[in-house]
Amino acid sequence: MADPMRIRATSKGDSTEVRVLMAHEMETGSRKDSSGKVVPAHFISNVTVTHAGKVVLSAEWGPAISKNPYLQFSFAGGKKGDEVMVTWVDNKGETRTDKTTIN
Amino acid sequence: MHGDRREFLQFTGLVGALAATGLLGAEQALAQQTAWNKAAFEAKNLADAVKALGGSGVTESKDITITGPDIAENGAVVPVGVASKVPGTQAVYILVEKNPNMVAAGFTIPAGTEANVSTRIKMGQSSNIVGLVKANNQFFMASKEVKVTLGGCGG
Repeated sequence: MADPMRIRATSKGDSTEVRVLMAHEMETGSRKDSSGKVVPAHFISNVTVTHAGKVVLSAEWGPAISKNPYLQFSFAGGKKGDEVMVTWVDNKGETRTDKTTIN
Repeated sequence: MHGDRREFLQFTGLVGALAATGLLGAEQALAQQTAWNKAAFEAKNLADAVKALGGSGVTESKDITITGPDIAENGAVVPVGVASKVPGTQAVYILVEKNPNMVAAGFTIPAGTEANVSTRIKMGQSSNIVGLVKANNQFFMASKEVKVTLGGCGG
């Protein structure tokens, strides 16, 4: 199981700012290791952020996203104490879900 | 919890059609997540990418702002943000012109979410970053040049 994500959700008046830092290798599939073998691609392909049962952002990523991906966006609504849930799935089918409360 | 549930049900009743796409529960969202636009991510140029995303052409727009460094010291980690003021923005894509595969990321923006996303991307060499925005099923773009002093692909 991959390492947990670090999620911050901050209420800013009418909107909520969400910042997520995920722990993932994000291997492109075009890099070679020291023995010359191609390192197989391994990257997060989909990310979904939900708030109160509603999807507030869904993303499709390619391998060109940096290692240990960072994501920041804002959505309208959300109040302190609400739960924000982030889920990612990578191209090998591994998945991880973490949540935080808005503060 | 009850409040959320009631709100959710009301909403579902009001916009039944929207419910299928926008108001999914977490589990359904997970099931839907397996969708990944392979053709778009394998596109080598802008025209192919737009086509794979379901568009026919693209217009330059001043309503799209790309934030990023003018010179990136490390191509493996380039902070980039795309903000769109195009009315009715449905999706935002980040493309890097000279990467082996242009499309780096796509974000679907539901109603209520600001069309302003930031992330960090890899760049193989100095290149234009293209912010592509889908609004009312039309595509708009803006670009910004970023010089890279150390490549991020195959490093």
